[in-house]
Amino acid sequence: MNTCINKIRELSFELLDKGEVEKVIGFANGTIPMATSPIAITSTKDIETLVFNSTCGLNLANYIRQHKGKIAVIAKGCDTRNIVTHIVENQVQRDQLYIIGVPCNGMIDKTKIASLFEDDIIEFSEDGNALTVKSALKEETLNKTDYLRQNCRLCLHKNPVIYDALAADLVEEQTLESPYPDVKKIEAMTPDTKWQHFQDLTKNCIRCYACRNACPLCYCPTCFVDESGPQWVGKGQNTTDVNTFHFLRAFHCAGRCTDCGACVEACPMDINVRDFTRKLNKDVFDLFGWEAGLDITKRPPLDAYSPDDPDDFIK
Amino acid sequence: MRFITIDKKNWAKGIGKSRETYRLFGPVKDKNGCLIKPLENDTLPDMTYPDTVMSAKSVLFPQTEKMLFTSLDESQKDHHIMKRTATDYTPRAVVGIRPYDAKAMELVKLNFDTVDYRDPYWCDAYDATTFIGLGINTPGPFDFSTSAGSGPFGEDGLDVLLADLDDTYLAKVLTDKGDAFIDACGFYTTADETESQMLLDILRKQAEKNIVSHMDTTRLKEKTILELYEAPFWEDISFSCINCGTCTFVCPTCWCFDIQDETKQNISDRIRNWDTCMSPLFTMHSTGHNPRGTKTQRVRQRFMHKLKYFLDKYDQGIMCVGCGRCVKSCPVNIDIREVCNIMNSYEKQD
Repeated sequence: MNTCINKIRELSFELLDKGEVEKVIGFANGTIPMATSPIAITSTKDIETLVFNSTCGLNLANYIRQHKGKIAVIAKGCDTRNIVTHIVENQVQRDQLYIIGVPCNGMIDKTKIASLFEDDIIEFSEDGNALTVKSALKEETLNKTDYLRQNCRLCLHKNPVIYDALAADLVEEQTLESPYPDVKKIEAMTPDTKWQHFQDLTKNCIRCYACRNACPLCYCPTCFVDESGPQWVGKGQNTTDVNTFHFLRAFHCAGRCTDCGACVEACPMDINVRDFTRKLNKDVFDLFGWEAGLDITKRPPLDAYSPDDPDDFIK
Repeated sequence: MRFITIDKKNWAKGIGKSRETYRLFGPVKDKNGCLIKPLENDTLPDMTYPDTVMSAKSVLFPQTEKMLFTSLDESQKDHHIMKRTATDYTPRAVVGIRPYDAKAMELVKLNFDTVDYRDPYWCDAYDATTFIGLGINTPGPFDFSTSAGSGPFGEDGLDVLLADLDDTYLAKVLTDKGDAFIDACGFYTTADETESQMLLDILRKQAEKNIVSHMDTTRLKEKTILELYEAPFWEDISFSCINCGTCTFVCPTCWCFDIQDETKQNISDRIRNWDTCMSPLFTMHSTGHNPRGTKTQRVRQRFMHKLKYFLDKYDQGIMCVGCGRCVKSCPVNIDIREVCNIMNSYEKQD
């Protein structure tokens, strides 16, 4: 992934130089270690600010709505699946986009890396699979494969599913015997333990809505938690209200979630928000054989009606 | 003002003894990071943490707080008349609060305790609370408190400042509240005032020297509000913002709240919740019009309030203490230090 940035810059330069796109949406280096920040480049002179590395964990499909002209976007496998979902859901037109696809080797789990240190990390660098992480107290050299985010470890679509150009050669996709080990673990719990698991999960939620706002699926003009007439959910820290937000948001994402992990990446409290969405991804796969965002010609199962539906109640 | 030496061997016992008088709060490690929480049972404050994810502001200003309540049962004589909710204002102490968080309390006080109006909920909690601060010997890479009117050994807002000297704590008792707390702990070994102050000064200077993170606020005062407001950089600064409330919620000086009525059966509670200027709902009018309808406007508001409006209104510095939490927690790495430097050096092009 270290070399793909040259190709990204080259492609972006050409697009801006020829005036084919108004802007390129990508990542820039952050001001702190292990951070990158989404950025829109409009001039070829800023090309060098574009970067791509294992810390680009947010989903740039979240930044492509509501543009009038043509834009280019740098997209990992999961980002492209959300672009497909956007196109299917009429959030953006295909011909408005120039997609620079990045075959992805996974993003790092920043929380897991930070937990190796007692103090704050002051330096981070990567070279292929080797990560070098420094704090004031110590330095660690880590294998990236051991510190991938869980969604990246379980990812079945590392390669972009839709693109106009590729920033690197396609990578080998993995096949997993059990793609949902985490869900199975929760499914096996007794109802009481399961309930407790989800209570503990949201215990420290501060309702900042970073998970929702980092999610490309959550583009409702007014989210149900923000509706004030009628008001569906209390706005305080009452457990029922906090849980209602998480449960309902997950259900709104059923059959649409690509497990990109942006929600977990964004959460300041390190809540594994994917525990909510993953079960629904699994159910939709088991029931409909559906994985979100693979085909721009197909509508998600919960959004489609078919006269030959096998269930009677719908006829 | 006096100095006390506390042998760490006696720390747990003293803290335990203080519970006879105080409800204690302090840093506690949790699976979601380190947070300021009530110190239940025998839990001791974690004095070794680098920093808490959330600030200490919730001790005085809970994220959700019941203010008033009433009965909707019309057979009751006083139905529909709101009365103040009973809240425990017995003495409480925050042990291990960082100096910048204590300084933040003083800034927040400017808003909640004014000549014209005294917010009874915040002020009663403030009056009940004693702040036992812990000086920061080795400031982290995000700490820019010295650029923001505070510092690793700042004393503003504290009742006692503790300095960690390995086997002992040196306690500088700053106020009567601090005196009462130290007495309640049974810590009584007086230390020499001149020597202790010298030692504290050395620690402070060393710690301040170790601060690597800075921002420049020197010219903010002379800028005109409208020039900054209309400056062209806000669009770029706000591009990546996802408009979550993280920066405002982790901030020790963000004080905005929203008032809600919640009814369960016949009891209606009037509640205040933290609100965030990053949310479109913050300024949404009942007509549907939103005067701060775009994210660029909202991002501008946050930084203008912290770095310009507050400075101009109170003349007490900026509304930031340099804890660095927003820098660290922002999902898209919008960095107040960068924004401040841009504002500080901005010159309008004619």
